[in-house]
Amino acid sequence: MPTYNLKVNGEKQVVEAESDTPLLWALRDNLDLVGTKFGCGIGQCGACTVHIDGTATRSCLLPVSALEDKEITTIEGLSENGSHPVQQAWKEVDVPQCGYCQAGQIMTASAFLETNPKPTEEEIKIAMNGNICRCSAYNRIQRAVAIASEKIG
Amino acid sequence: MAPIKNISRRGFIKGIGLASGGLVLASSAYSFSNFGSKEEDILEFNPNLFVQLNSNGSLILVASRSEMGQGVRTSLTSVIADEMEADWDKVIVKQATGDAKYGNQNTDGSRSVRTLFETMRKMGATVKAVLITAAAKSWKVPESECIAKNHFIIHSSGKKIGFGDLVEIAKEISIPENVILKDPKDFKFIGKKLPSIDVENLSNGSAVFGLDKRVPNMKFAAIKRCSVAFGTVKSVDKTEALKINGVLDVVEVPMLIKAFGPLGGVAVIATNTWAAFKGRDALKIEWNYSKNTSYNSETFMDSITANVHKPGKVEKSIGNIDNAFKKANKTHEATYKLPHLAHAPMEVPNAVVSVKGDICEVWAPIQSPQAARREVANFLETDQSNVTINVTFLGGGFGRKAKPDFIVEATAVSKAINGPVQVVWSREDDIQHSYYHTVSSQFLKGAIDKNGKVTGWLHRFALPTIGSTFTPGRDLPQPWEARSATDVPYDIPNLQIEAGKADAHVRIGWLRSVINIPHGFAINVFADELAHEAGKDPLEFRLNLIGKDRIQETKDAYKYDTSKLKHVLKTAAKNAGYDKQLPEGHAIGLAVHYSFYSHVAAAIEVSVTNGKLTIHKISVVIDCGTAINRDTITAQMEGAAIFGMSLAYYGKITAKDGAIEQSNFHNYQVLRMPNAPKIQVEIVNSNDKPTGVGEPGVPVIAPAIINAIFKATGKRYRTLPLSDHGLV
Ligand code: FES
Ligand code: FES
Repeated sequence: MPTYNLKVNGEKQVVEAESDTPLLWALRDNLDLVGTKFGCGIGQCGACTVHIDGTATRSCLLPVSALEDKEITTIEGLSENGSHPVQQAWKEVDVPQCGYCQAGQIMTASAFLETNPKPTEEEIKIAMNGNICRCSAYNRIQRAVAIASEKIG
Repeated sequence: MAPIKNISRRGFIKGIGLASGGLVLASSAYSFSNFGSKEEDILEFNPNLFVQLNSNGSLILVASRSEMGQGVRTSLTSVIADEMEADWDKVIVKQATGDAKYGNQNTDGSRSVRTLFETMRKMGATVKAVLITAAAKSWKVPESECIAKNHFIIHSSGKKIGFGDLVEIAKEISIPENVILKDPKDFKFIGKKLPSIDVENLSNGSAVFGLDKRVPNMKFAAIKRCSVAFGTVKSVDKTEALKINGVLDVVEVPMLIKAFGPLGGVAVIATNTWAAFKGRDALKIEWNYSKNTSYNSETFMDSITANVHKPGKVEKSIGNIDNAFKKANKTHEATYKLPHLAHAPMEVPNAVVSVKGDICEVWAPIQSPQAARREVANFLETDQSNVTINVTFLGGGFGRKAKPDFIVEATAVSKAINGPVQVVWSREDDIQHSYYHTVSSQFLKGAIDKNGKVTGWLHRFALPTIGSTFTPGRDLPQPWEARSATDVPYDIPNLQIEAGKADAHVRIGWLRSVINIPHGFAINVFADELAHEAGKDPLEFRLNLIGKDRIQETKDAYKYDTSKLKHVLKTAAKNAGYDKQLPEGHAIGLAVHYSFYSHVAAAIEVSVTNGKLTIHKISVVIDCGTAINRDTITAQMEGAAIFGMSLAYYGKITAKDGAIEQSNFHNYQVLRMPNAPKIQVEIVNSNDKPTGVGEPGVPVIAPAIINAIFKATGKRYRTLPLSDHGLV
């Protein structure tokens, strides 16, 4: 199998995988970074969201072969001890129900707030459209994004 | 120092008297070998199965039910901690393995808190009593001069001792037979907003769901199953699959015809999930399709609809329904048709299983760990004591993960390859091989007298029964599946409920609020239709239909209370601004339903502009008796409202020639944030016994939406989903 040099959460990693292997499975099965979740595999649910050079991206559709020289950040690398303002807000609002979608929600929200630190309610809703929460914690996710935006403020 | 085993555990078990009915502990063997810290210098006091106090003060409380987002790890343990007067910061929650010694562990039916509340209170109170006795003894003072507070026992003189420091003395104390429970007004955690004990791990990616479990030498596997329920493998060509890099092996998985038996198929074993999926797609399989190839959703709906347009099996009859129709000033009838649904929990079914000879260890997101243990032991023909079921976090369950078929299947694979394996379902597998929520057709007919009063109510329903999953061929509902129709809360002199026949052609299972979805829908929409026919305001009409205050006779231990039903309905309407002037084109629809022993109402404000529906606000009111964790209850109501919206908007699973036509979130959609309205939740203050929370918020949503659309537009929709009508 070919090998790829990835930079994940600031560390260099060598991954041995087929070229079409989605980043999601390389993270989970090769690197044991299981915080990034599988939900649909077709870019519909957002559970697998990571940051690629700071942009929220669905890792289930992104082959490892396209990622050399990119900065990959997963939920494990978003902050030391869950201290990112988005994570703080998540805890303040007690957002998670089952929690399975939340890594993806947090990764989407944190990248979004980088580009739009003071979003309107409507902008938050649109930004989070790609992330399904089957437990439907949407009201709380929305509130937590707004609170995080104040914290970043 | 070796851990100290408590000598009086049996006495304790007897002491709590099992009066609460939820737990059977008396004959268990008690082993704590895998509980808690075993550091050398820490003493343990294990007064019962659910509580372990360590000499360093840490308090390990065991959650016997599975966590799937309903907050049970926090709510159940907080009840023990409250009665114990423990410091919540010192609490560590341990997840129980599947074991009969914990009593019933099935996490479904919205029953965890309802059935365990009293028992957990007694457990906490008993430990507190022992600690008070221990402190009094060591101080040589009367117990009556000691109180427990925030992890300390305090004497009236002001001296105090930490719970942990009492561990050594506590082991000598025999467990009291009777304990006094706290006055509810002194509750510290119960009835308050306690954040989830797991919020940190659920926000930083470290919580271990089933899919996240890794064990040494674990392989990954994906299974190809027949597109038609209960089809079997005729032949398989594995050549192409084996060529894929990372694929290690291909094995057949047997089909077991039993309630939680796997569907069977062909498993591809690989070094990673992606290779397993690719290998699975490369298999060439010829199938023996079953007779279920005849299953086509449209013709099936026609056939069960024909069955409700003729007399069925009488489930309940009061008065004389035929006479009522004859004498009526006006009659009205309607037929409602609802499709199958799939649970689609965010985390797909999956299991890690390691079979070594007779011994088997499982890690899985399972709602029913004991059923899993039993089924795995049966499959391996070994004793249950050889099987360990570790319960991980569940990425949602909604009833899907109450069926351990996916664990038995992984057990078969592990056994075949003689090593640990994780079987992963793709989303397509999940949508296409579920235990589906039933499809239904319902016919209702009402009689109205000249004063606009309802004098007759006929409700016929036909739907494949969950019983068919346990007894193949069953085509009439089980008694409990009729109950949400027969328990209709209306004061009507002539009432008849009938069930029509319906065969099952897929596996039928329970999904969040189960039979209450179709029954709650038909009853609430039809009541609204009758209000219109009678020319009355829907709220006033409904309150009259429920009638005078009474405790309604039911076949359950719990009785429902019509005054509570009317109260939640009135309150939801008030919170929604039912009497207020609404913006042009807006209207509020109502629904109220009793399920899982809770009384719930919803008032939903909608508008329809250019043929498109917008939901502006949902007001939900629940009376669930004593509220344990108000924040969790609110979250469950919010989630249930959106779950109900999802099924109303998009929920539809259909079959063509026996194969399910939907496959993933693009064609089995669920609600997303832009469509999620503000949800306002009110919890009725009550000191009554706690009742269900996880499910009863669902059934009221779809009918309230339908009723609101009617009020806004004059159009009555009698089938779901609304996407079929172009409304969303
Ligand atoms: S798993 Fe990637 S979007 Fe769903
Ligand atoms: S919290 Fe369960 S899917 Fe979002």
